Amino acid sequence: MTFPQELAGRLAQAIINLNGPGRYVHWGFIQISVANLVVIALMIVVFVAAILVPFPRRSGGGR
Amino acid sequence: MLQLRRKGARRFRPDRDVEEWHGRYVPYDIIKEFVAAFLVVLLITLGLAIVLSSPDVPPVTLKSWSLRAPLDFAQTAVTELAGTSPTATYGPPYNSTPGVSQTIGPVSLESLLGVHHPINTALDDVIDPLRTLPSDPALASAIRRYTAATAKAQTGWTDAYGSALVHARFAAGKLVTRPGDYGPVAEMIGALTTMARSGALDGALVSSKQFYGTDYTKPLLFLADGTYLANLAAAQHLHGTQWGMMNETGNFPGQSWLWLYTFWYQIPPFTTSTNADALVWAIMVVLTVLLALVPFLPGVRSIPRKVRIYRLIWRRHYRSLAGGAGGAV
Amino acid sequence: MNADSDGSDTGVQADLPEDEGQWSARLRRAAVNALPPGRLLPDRQPAYVASWIYVFGALTLAALAIVVLSGMVLAIEGPTWWHLSRVGLFVNSMHMWSVELFFFFMVVHLWGKFFMAAWRGRRRATWITGVLAFVVSIAAAFTGYLSQQNFDSQWIGTQAKDGINATGAGAFFNVLNFGQMLVWHVLLLPLVVGFVVVVHVLLVRRHGVVPPFAPDPGDLVAPEVVASAADRSVTR
Repeated sequence: MTFPQELAGRLAQAIINLNGPGRYVHWGFIQISVANLVVIALMIVVFVAAILVPFPRRSGGGR
Repeated sequence: MLQLRRKGARRFRPDRDVEEWHGRYVPYDIIKEFVAAFLVVLLITLGLAIVLSSPDVPPVTLKSWSLRAPLDFAQTAVTELAGTSPTATYGPPYNSTPGVSQTIGPVSLESLLGVHHPINTALDDVIDPLRTLPSDPALASAIRRYTAATAKAQTGWTDAYGSALVHARFAAGKLVTRPGDYGPVAEMIGALTTMARSGALDGALVSSKQFYGTDYTKPLLFLADGTYLANLAAAQHLHGTQWGMMNETGNFPGQSWLWLYTFWYQIPPFTTSTNADALVWAIMVVLTVLLALVPFLPGVRSIPRKVRIYRLIWRRHYRSLAGGAGGAV
Repeated sequence: MNADSDGSDTGVQADLPEDEGQWSARLRRAAVNALPPGRLLPDRQPAYVASWIYVFGALTLAALAIVVLSGMVLAIEGPTWWHLSRVGLFVNSMHMWSVELFFFFMVVHLWGKFFMAAWRGRRRATWITGVLAFVVSIAAAFTGYLSQQNFDSQWIGTQAKDGINATGAGAFFNVLNFGQMLVWHVLLLPLVVGFVVVVHVLLVRRHGVVPPFAPDPGDLVAPEVVASAADRSVTR
């Protein structure tokens, strides 16, 4: 195997193994996987951050 | 000075119209922005792929099913032969069982489009695959006896054998049931189970019409009629009642964007309705169209102006207006 | 030389009167009028575009580019490769995570555009094509999940068939037919997604980024005027 192939092959093994029994959150009739909950929570966090985090001012762009 | 309104001039509605910008512009490099976005997303994707990889749970085959759960396989095979399985009684597009199509009110789109993928489960799943086996006089004679019998006799045999299988054992590669009048059915199902356990049934169902098969309808429907596949799915929280449409195997994120589609299956009346699939599709089509038409929906299109999140998004612009010039240069 | 509206050479000559009616000339004129080069590839933008929320459209497009590129590598090797090769599994991981990021960024972009009421000022087609892009992307992702040739695709197919059959579409769209789902996923739906996305982006370039809502009355008064008015009211 050439070097890039070997490197890519090593990369294919996950550092954190997500295979294995899934974890779920039950809240009333809502059942959601921890993974999906993390994704949705991140979307909300990122949305709020995108609105609140100051955007860099353009230098030399006038007042 | 009296200003005459132009004929047909529209009233300004703040949720539909906007004063176009005549103010200040700042330098902006659109290509550089896209290249930066591309590199950022590439790095994030590489990171996720390296750290977390992706799932690949191997498929179930008729071979693995019949090796691990031979009784469930045999019980399903009897229902295919008898024409009582979910596939056999599905209706369009697989067959024309009356009265089972889903409806929305008086309309059944399913029935209107008809039987486009005809499947006769007795022939396709049991008899035709058995006929591909190398000549076995006992089996050949059993098949002839079954196909020549009356419907009443066939039903008698399949009912009896189906009941017997509930209390059967699997020992030394054979189905062991209590003695009974099963006609040729015991021989046929026994042979089919052996065929499945050898792997030959997988191939037979895919290539039944031609050498190069890419259509897995028959083996997949056969698999889905049993409980083995369904039990594996339940363990992975993939069932409809488990919000499974959103989920992926293992701990991987799935399709969270399907949350609203799967939501309806969790609440009455959809939890018990036989028309749930058709009704949920209809609801989602309506909601999707409404989402596309938000700009035209009074009330909904006013939400952004009333909720005032825009004050945060454009706060620098609003602060720049004080000092009188309105931001224009 | 025949010049465009921004002075650049159009590179063609339309000297003869009858050339004006040509389909090619008419299409070129309509395209250049709708999207002159300075609008198609701008070098400036309105000063009010000053928030991180604005980058999510570009992030969505970037994620889509990686979905397509990783998908092309999977296509080069064929649908079985990623099950058998560690390099293939890695490329599949790139494809899967870029899809997750694509929907992630698209949803944040949708929320931002909703709260900006970005359809205002005759930008309704931009909104509509955005929703259409969302829906078609879901269909494209769906056929991808069906093409995995593993347990997940078996389950998704045998379950989804009920919903699709209930609409009658199962007569011609068979989710259990791997061959059909693969070519829809690799050829037909990417073309549709690509087309809708291009129209959406060109509409954004044509109509520009939506201006802010009208200011509140208090925005137009300088802070020092407010402060001195308060002082006067106290001393009186």
